[in-house]
Amino acid sequence: MKLSVNGESHEVNLPEEMPILWTLRDVLGMTGTKFGCGKALCGACTVMLDGQPIRSCSTPIKAAQGKQITTVEAISKDKVGQAIQQAWVELGVPQCGYCQSGQVVSATALLRDNPDPSDADIDNAMSGNICRCGTYNRIRDAIKLAATNNGGAQ
Amino acid sequence: MNTSLKNESLQTEITNISRRNLLKGFALTGFVLAVGMPFSGFAEDEEAPKYGRDAMPHGWVDNPLIFVAIAEDGSVTIVSHRSEMGQGVRTSLPMVVADELEADWDQVNVIQAPGDEERYGNQDTDGSRSVRHFFMPMRNVGAAARMMLEAAAAAHWGVGVDEVFAENHQIKHRPSGKVLGYGELAKAAAALDVPERETLRLKTPDQFRYIGKQSTRLIDGEDIVTGKAIYGIDVQVDGMVHAVIARPPVYGGKVKSFDDSEAMKVPGVIKVVTLEGSPPPAVFNPLGGVAVIAENTWAAMQGREKLKIEWDHGENASYNTDEYRQKMLEAASNSGGKVLRSSGDVAKALETADKTYKADYYIPHLSQAPMEPPVATARIQDGKCEVWAPTQAPQASKDTVAKWLEMSPEDVTIHVTLLGGGFGRKSKPDYLVEAALLSKAMEGRAVQVTWSREDDIHNGYLHTVSIEHLEAAVNADGRTTAWLHRTVAPSISSTFDASSVHQMPIELGMGVMNIPFAIDNVQIENPEAKAHTRIGWFRSVANIPRAFAIQSFIAEMAHDLDRNHKAFLLELIGPARKINPVELNDEWNYGESPEKYPLDTGRLRRVVEAVCEKANWGRDLPAGRGLGLATHYSFVSYTAAIVEVEVSDEGELTIPRIDIAVDCGPQVNPERIRSQMEGACIMGVSLATVGEISFKDGAVEQDNFDSYQVTRMNESPREIHVHLLPMEDFSQPLGGIGEPGLPPIAPALCNAIFAATGKRIRNLPIRYQLES
Repeated sequence: MKLSVNGESHEVNLPEEMPILWTLRDVLGMTGTKFGCGKALCGACTVMLDGQPIRSCSTPIKAAQGKQITTVEAISKDKVGQAIQQAWVELGVPQCGYCQSGQVVSATALLRDNPDPSDADIDNAMSGNICRCGTYNRIRDAIKLAATNNGGAQ
Repeated sequence: MNTSLKNESLQTEITNISRRNLLKGFALTGFVLAVGMPFSGFAEDEEAPKYGRDAMPHGWVDNPLIFVAIAEDGSVTIVSHRSEMGQGVRTSLPMVVADELEADWDQVNVIQAPGDEERYGNQDTDGSRSVRHFFMPMRNVGAAARMMLEAAAAAHWGVGVDEVFAENHQIKHRPSGKVLGYGELAKAAAALDVPERETLRLKTPDQFRYIGKQSTRLIDGEDIVTGKAIYGIDVQVDGMVHAVIARPPVYGGKVKSFDDSEAMKVPGVIKVVTLEGSPPPAVFNPLGGVAVIAENTWAAMQGREKLKIEWDHGENASYNTDEYRQKMLEAASNSGGKVLRSSGDVAKALETADKTYKADYYIPHLSQAPMEPPVATARIQDGKCEVWAPTQAPQASKDTVAKWLEMSPEDVTIHVTLLGGGFGRKSKPDYLVEAALLSKAMEGRAVQVTWSREDDIHNGYLHTVSIEHLEAAVNADGRTTAWLHRTVAPSISSTFDASSVHQMPIELGMGVMNIPFAIDNVQIENPEAKAHTRIGWFRSVANIPRAFAIQSFIAEMAHDLDRNHKAFLLELIGPARKINPVELNDEWNYGESPEKYPLDTGRLRRVVEAVCEKANWGRDLPAGRGLGLATHYSFVSYTAAIVEVEVSDEGELTIPRIDIAVDCGPQVNPERIRSQMEGACIMGVSLATVGEISFKDGAVEQDNFDSYQVTRMNESPREIHVHLLPMEDFSQPLGGIGEPGLPPIAPALCNAIFAATGKRIRNLPIRYQLES
């Protein structure tokens, strides 16, 4: 089976039901994408599949056939992703940081679709991503900052 | 008493999984300066009581050769010996070193110390102690290293050391303007004597570059947002296999029999191993169970689902939350118990009062639920064990793993990774022992044990379950004359002594013994409560139920007496005074000296005044909106919060704003203080609105973030305003920061709900109680 991750093709011999998350982490050795719940409840494992944010803990690799997986490791290749990462660093968003891979991917997906999101848009896009440390207010501010830096708020 | 020590140019022994560039020059040496001399104040007087950092196991170390290395390219490496779990300690303490060192933060790397308290001093990262205890030692580290660089430069130029000074990663010769970079001086500096502690020239606060400033870059920020940061779950060791464990669902239970034939058929499953547990008390021991070891975590999880296990649930199988609450907690709270503090005659004052008040406040068990569940990787080679793990307790990890492997602690290395949250859960190294035992079962091969979220929720070291019973009396002129507090909750001590039914001083010192109210008749009681699950630390610990009860009760009284809540609260706190906690029978005082850290009601009053001013207390609000106030003293810091709520006709709760004021004394890294306060506000909302772990037939009823909910972005306070009270100066004793923000949030929230709706919440979580 072929998996395309961050523009690279990988040949894997795995059960087709195996989640993308564990394939990335335990087979391909890409640990940026995190395990938090295993049930698509917390968003720590968020990656993009053909540009759409998905929960990789609950998405089997067979669903990724012929599609592009993008993880946090490659998000800076995207102009919007880079703006999100810069805003995150500038505002000191992370505390423990464990959920932030998923937050960054979700926020990037949001901003690519919607360059100038309202608070309600941010709630809709981000409420699937839990942060136990409580960085939500800075995440909201960082999304708005990235939108501004990216020209979204103009 | 401080002996000068020669750098014997020993090679660095520091092991770190990030394997940053190896250092030359001013090297991290393999030898310990601190043996026999880390306690400057009390070492000469064995009889004198020890407090603060002096009282912690293995005390503290301030030797620059242990904590700082400068490479020939000028890059500075600073060791973080405390665990990073989101509080920012890998930034804040190295920042202190860098400041005294006059180092350029952009040229600073931070590496994490392995568990080794003899070398680094205490590493037990809990109790809001890291900056409080290590601010001064880390200043010493930086200042000593700076003075060694200055001395090396002076020697190089053949000038007096009084003619040179350090500035931004360089030593300058004042008369000639000559300059040498830190990298050029590193080797010569490292060969010099470490200056004696008494001779250190510390900076004056006006010279600080980073301490007390807002803008120091987070050391791990970029690694985190690019996915490069290494948490415990990200550790990869050659040949590593993956394991999950089916643990007894009931505390004290064990495997009766199991059938692994179906599990072994799952592709990728390598081996099934029985893990022996240990009977209560839990201490830090693994729970035992049946482990499935596989080529990857998913295969291990699939294999575990196929196990058929018959459990012997043991004596806690009758633990049911509803029944326990009624038969144990409520009964005890109404019948009294061990008297811990008594002044005046509470019974008589209650009998003769004009008005009396009585209420019970309930908080259920809570799970810390850090986003990274417990996880550890272990490997045994040549009779030595290495463990990589996100642990708050590196030394306890080392000792506990050694005990279970029957090894000497010197043969166990604990590599501390970043923690994906801790909140007290990762103070208990049971999961490290599991990894070590499984590596042993695999002939030393590296094994990574991952807890699923369900494992974390089912088999935790939970926050206790509690009823705080309060009674008060008010006389005809409106003065409060009596205060009775019965605190009923299984104690953390039960985790170490299964027979324990009373709370220990560290729990009693969290907002019940040390209430500072100006009331003549006070009685504090602690009835018995037996534990039926593992009770552990949860951020802020027993302060959570105490603040909820006391601050709600005061609001209830104020409302009934038709008094302004703020004015009534300040009246109970009484005039500004410094109370010796010993006079309140508080034996603990967060481990700090009662003289140096009295309970200062002036500071408590000031945070109340400040938050009321900033949040515009008393302002008019439309129907359905309300403000709630609460204050609390914990971890030798003072906080007060005002929560603004809006409750719709249907009972839907939204939180437009929280203001929180904090007085923690010196503010070393104000930016991380703010982030800790913001996070505490959200965690406070979370536990108040949805946090609940309950038991049925001995087992936890919740499974994952669907049934054990935590606050999400759309439910979070829309605005959080943190107000840092001005400090006196940097010589003032430091307060804690990681925990003190949490306790006032739940009561302030419930007081706001009352203001908005007239509905009083005495049982957490709020959940559906607002629905009409």
